[in-house]
Amino acid sequence: MSTTTTRGVAQPAPAKASQARPRRGLRGNPTLNFWLFTGPFLIGLVIFVFVPIVWSIWLSFFDARYTVTPSNFIGLDNYKQILTNSNFPDSLLTFSVFAAFIVPTTWALSLGLALLVNQLRFMRAFFRSVFFLPTAVSYVAAALIWKMSIFSGVRFGLMNTVLGWFGVDNIAYLADPTPPWYWLVIVTLRLWIQSGFYMILFLAALQNIPAELYEAAAIDGAKKGWQTFRYITLPQLRATSTAVILLLLIAAYQAFDEFFNIIGTKATWAQTPLMELYKAALGTNQDYGAGSAGAVILSLLICLVTLVQGKFMGFGRGDESK
Amino acid sequence: MTTTAPHQVGKQHKKARGILGNTGLYVSVGVAALLFLVPFYLIVRNALSTDPEITGENWKLLPSFQWANVSELFDDPTVEFGRSMVNSLVVAVLTTLGTLLVCSLAGYGLARIPYKHANKVFYAVLATLMVPTAVTFVPSFVLVSSLGWVDTYRGLIIPGLFSGFTCFLFRQYFLGFPKELEEAARVDGLGYWGAYWRIVVPNSLNFFAAIATITFISAWNSFLWPLVIGQDPSSWTVQIALSSFMTNQTVNFHLIFMATAISILPLIFVFLFLQRWLVQGIAQTGIKG
Repeated sequence: MSTTTTRGVAQPAPAKASQARPRRGLRGNPTLNFWLFTGPFLIGLVIFVFVPIVWSIWLSFFDARYTVTPSNFIGLDNYKQILTNSNFPDSLLTFSVFAAFIVPTTWALSLGLALLVNQLRFMRAFFRSVFFLPTAVSYVAAALIWKMSIFSGVRFGLMNTVLGWFGVDNIAYLADPTPPWYWLVIVTLRLWIQSGFYMILFLAALQNIPAELYEAAAIDGAKKGWQTFRYITLPQLRATSTAVILLLLIAAYQAFDEFFNIIGTKATWAQTPLMELYKAALGTNQDYGAGSAGAVILSLLICLVTLVQGKFMGFGRGDESK
Repeated sequence: MTTTAPHQVGKQHKKARGILGNTGLYVSVGVAALLFLVPFYLIVRNALSTDPEITGENWKLLPSFQWANVSELFDDPTVEFGRSMVNSLVVAVLTTLGTLLVCSLAGYGLARIPYKHANKVFYAVLATLMVPTAVTFVPSFVLVSSLGWVDTYRGLIIPGLFSGFTCFLFRQYFLGFPKELEEAARVDGLGYWGAYWRIVVPNSLNFFAAIATITFISAWNSFLWPLVIGQDPSSWTVQIALSSFMTNQTVNFHLIFMATAISILPLIFVFLFLQRWLVQGIAQTGIKG
């Protein structure tokens, strides 16, 4: 139905163009229409994005315990406090360990799945859907399955059942932080949820590699398999790989859901930066000043990563194309 | 189908290696697929079992199909699971509709209406992408609670509608929309507004569907914001309800897993029916909302 309307409209256009252009009522006024279209969004953006950011920067310089309209200016004390007298620096370390595990494993698994699926000639859509399906599952639901079924520390957990078949004793994956088995739980969970998503990105990139490159390589005597992968596929995927790694890094940085549900905020280990902010601002202390100072520090760090990302990917340069 | 080029080389070896290689390929893909499906199997198995079956000495491969677990879950007055499903549905649907409306209009304005300061406005929107919303939840909570929106649908929905990123995606999309269509419409007497609703939107339904799917999934699965806003159980979304099950004193395995299964079900449907748009959307935009 849409095509008929557009066609009906499109045909008489050239004839009418000359007389129609000069008359411009309110409906054709660009300035008015610009604000009509963007106004609702911009008002919301100012209220719910800009105001909280500015408010938070302001709060971070005040003694704001139990209040959001403080009057006691304390300079950089909140920053000093959250960087020295709290678990916030530890949470940055937790993030680093987590990122060191999750970024390379997700990159490798999603690329591997994409390479496999890309070679399939039958049931390709089926397998793509299977690997993609976990993207629909929430971190909370997955945390529940991981904690209470797969990595349940008791005998009836799936992992312990399987290990039991080989005569291995039960392992308490989550109750005991030494050795840190909880990383296995946390990392496999996120790997399961997000790999299919990044696989889609790699699949799209793989299909954009020109077939002539492989033909030329075959003529030059390159062996199918490792050689073509190493010298054609991998270099052709560089832009996608860079993007994927930075996306993974930013996502890991904001990890909260699965840590909150599997480790919990009462544990003394594996607390992520967002968990520390949550505890500082919404815990028993309700210290909005310290919470805001932490948010400012995190935002600055993420800005830094985004800017690096922009440098690599040419982010925001799309408007120059038209 | 697109990978024919490498196969054309070495035809004599191809047959022998092809069968072996293909078997190896399908075995490895099959094993990986089975591993990916294990968690889904566990949800279904546990949801349809009794507690003694779940915690029993020997692993029971198949459940005893206790369909009564469904009614037991919804009849349980202590968890209000039905309420949380309704909350999630309302929040996810309204968030999706609101985001589409507000962000698509703004994206169109930024892309297509010739206003001399449009670029400055666009850079202001772009700047918000630098600060992820997850990090600003403390000040956002402060704002929303001073508006008195804690424990309300307003508080759950409205702050999430103004996504700089979704606006950015719409702008990029509209930049590529054929100009001739709208120009013809405008010449025919339609203003910007009329051209947008009669010509642009009906011709962009694929892109709207992709963004809608992505927005719906992330709204349904969102956890941190509903956790902060939903202080009273009556305003919990399904994710918060699930999370509370994990920390409860009494653990009813079959009910917990039935709840998990039901919470995932709507998304599986969305996924199966809208996967085409979803995959397209991700390949086009590169990022989940």
